[in-house]
Amino acid sequence: MSTAAPSHQDGSTIDDVCIVVPLYNEAPVIGGVISQLRERFCHVVCVDDGSTDGSAAIAESAGARVLRHPVNLGQGAALQTGISYALGRPGIAYLVTFDADGQHRIEDVIGMLEMAREKDLAIVFGSRFLDNRTKAGWAKRIVLKTAVWVTNKTTGLRLSDAHNGLRVIRTDAAKHVNLVQDRMAHATEIVLQLARTRLPWAEYPVEVLYTDYSRGKGQSLLNSVNILVDLLIR
Amino acid sequence: MWIKIILVVVIVIIGLLLVRPPSGDRHLALRRLFMVFLVAVAIISVLIPQWLTWLAHLVGVGRGTDFLLYALVIAFLVFVSTAYRRNALLDRKITQLARAATLAEARAQDAERRAVSVDPVADDTGVSKDS
Repeated sequence: MSTAAPSHQDGSTIDDVCIVVPLYNEAPVIGGVISQLRERFCHVVCVDDGSTDGSAAIAESAGARVLRHPVNLGQGAALQTGISYALGRPGIAYLVTFDADGQHRIEDVIGMLEMAREKDLAIVFGSRFLDNRTKAGWAKRIVLKTAVWVTNKTTGLRLSDAHNGLRVIRTDAAKHVNLVQDRMAHATEIVLQLARTRLPWAEYPVEVLYTDYSRGKGQSLLNSVNILVDLLIR
Repeated sequence: MWIKIILVVVIVIIGLLLVRPPSGDRHLALRRLFMVFLVAVAIISVLIPQWLTWLAHLVGVGRGTDFLLYALVIAFLVFVSTAYRRNALLDRKITQLARAATLAEARAQDAERRAVSVDPVADDTGVSKDS
């Protein structure tokens, strides 16, 4: 796979969108995720958060622009680095946050972007609870619903899903994002900061693919304790 | 029992301090005042050991040593909460530092790539032409 594939000749490639992928030790899947993204998007920025399994090199050879954190800082930190970098690039209208573990679908991103452009929305949140496609276990459901509840209480928005890594953010909204939550609590923080912009937003039904791989790495019940403490004590 | 009220109130205050957004200078001043207070108490306790027992009786605790234990527990809680705070602050600084380094490196790489792609001679060799 070549790194220098601008593929402007391909009419289906979108070049005013920057995909931001926080990456930490996802070597088995990251190559596929990046090359699939590169088929449709010119700009895929991958923030390697100090991976130790060679993920960064795989992402780079799959065609991503890889930024490297010198040490592991957490997903929130990686996301903010990616957002800051993407905002500094010319010709970008929308940022898309996308998880590295292959649980999001490209078709959903395309759909969310279409929705944002058609309805002039600044923010489109992906939600796995707007329909019944996503099959989450009961423990995961409890964790996610708690996260939704906390997020809605603290932000004043009424979301059906929080802690979903798939979001479309227009650059004017993204400029207001400054994540200081380095770990998982950033998912609530980003909603809070985007809500404060008072820009138009919507949710879009997405399917989250729970593979055995992502299940093995997903958020545990105990992790939700960390999220609560991180949000409460700053 | 006075001691129960005092302990609960102090623990609650520590908890509230932990949730409240940090204010660097005031925190530092409070920590220093607390240190001065501790030194004074230590000196008094060495010079007049009965003083502790007297104080203990005053708040309804049987022995001076028990009172000392309670005080130590509180001091430990204060220590834990301030250490947590300072740690979080330090983490934040490290993140900012690492992000600045990452973005600086990315900018340098981008500039290099631009120089290579703009340069017609260097296009296939990958080496930039010098003037």
